Amino acid sequence: MHELGITENIINITLAKADEAQASKVLKINLVIGELSGFVPDCIQFYFDTLSKDTIAQGAALHFETVSPQLRCRNCSAVFCPQDILWACPKCGSQGVEITEGRELYIESVEVE
Amino acid sequence: MKKIEVVQNVLEANETIANRNRQLLDKNKVFAINIMSAPGAGKTSLVLQTLTRLKDRLNMGVIEGDVASTVDAEKVQNEAKSVVQINTRNMPESCSLMAVMIESALKDMPLDNIDLILIENLGNLICPAEFTLGEHKRVLIASLPEGDDKPIKYPLIFVDAGAVIINKMDLLPHVDFDIAAFRRSVAGLNPKAEVFQISCKTGEGIEKWCSWILEQVEASAERR
Repeated sequence: MHELGITENIINITLAKADEAQASKVLKINLVIGELSGFVPDCIQFYFDTLSKDTIAQGAALHFETVSPQLRCRNCSAVFCPQDILWACPKCGSQGVEITEGRELYIESVEVE
Repeated sequence: MKKIEVVQNVLEANETIANRNRQLLDKNKVFAINIMSAPGAGKTSLVLQTLTRLKDRLNMGVIEGDVASTVDAEKVQNEAKSVVQINTRNMPESCSLMAVMIESALKDMPLDNIDLILIENLGNLICPAEFTLGEHKRVLIASLPEGDDKPIKYPLIFVDAGAVIINKMDLLPHVDFDIAAFRRSVAGLNPKAEVFQISCKTGEGIEKWCSWILEQVEASAERR
């Protein structure tokens, strides 16, 4: 549900960057979204269609690059992508892990004309 | 076509306001705790217990987040110095408190006369994990009827918690909750988190929790 405010942020950042570049239209927004983040691309797309109306970002394509979770084992330092919800290290079996990737949500680039 | 490199965190707007909140709190020597849990785990009960036990030691304020009602604010009104209710029903987001809501609530609180603010977030184990408010510590309450698998199902909310509270310990004989397994999962995700086993109903463990708060408030005062 919190994608509404997030989508507003995406549009605000995009319009500011497009304005700086004196663009007349936003064609595409490239987003990077971690699979562990609580944000759902379909929801962002849904809000985007409504919120971007009558702006130069209306009709722009949203491209989501998803980032798989990367965990680092606190016991043996192995870095791995968890295969199930238990998050156990495949090397040593420890469940002591820290998240190194997978929580991000950022705009990588904006394509304009 | 022209490609503009941006690389900007979409949550930055929230984080900027959260940093501002934190500076305002620090300037006024106020310690703030963000209390998060699923609905019904005992956030309001913990706030009430904390107010009752610590009211002679600290001046406390409460920020109550709720989707619509004011029932929680009414319950804590008698014990706190200052209570601000935030209803999120008419806001763009209704699943978590956000920094901007705290910013406006702080304007209504006598900060120079408050040592500790307890922020009761909305009952939700997903969204509040994403939004920092400017708090000094995050506290997560899990209660026995929810089951011991919550750290496995909702890891993010456990990762950043300064303390994890297991509430409703009085129900232990009646539910299948493996305390050791739960504590293992929490320690795996977040070895630094303090874990407290309490019952807001019987008062078990509340004293330890309150001592921890006093330590945190004192340590923070020393750092300033």
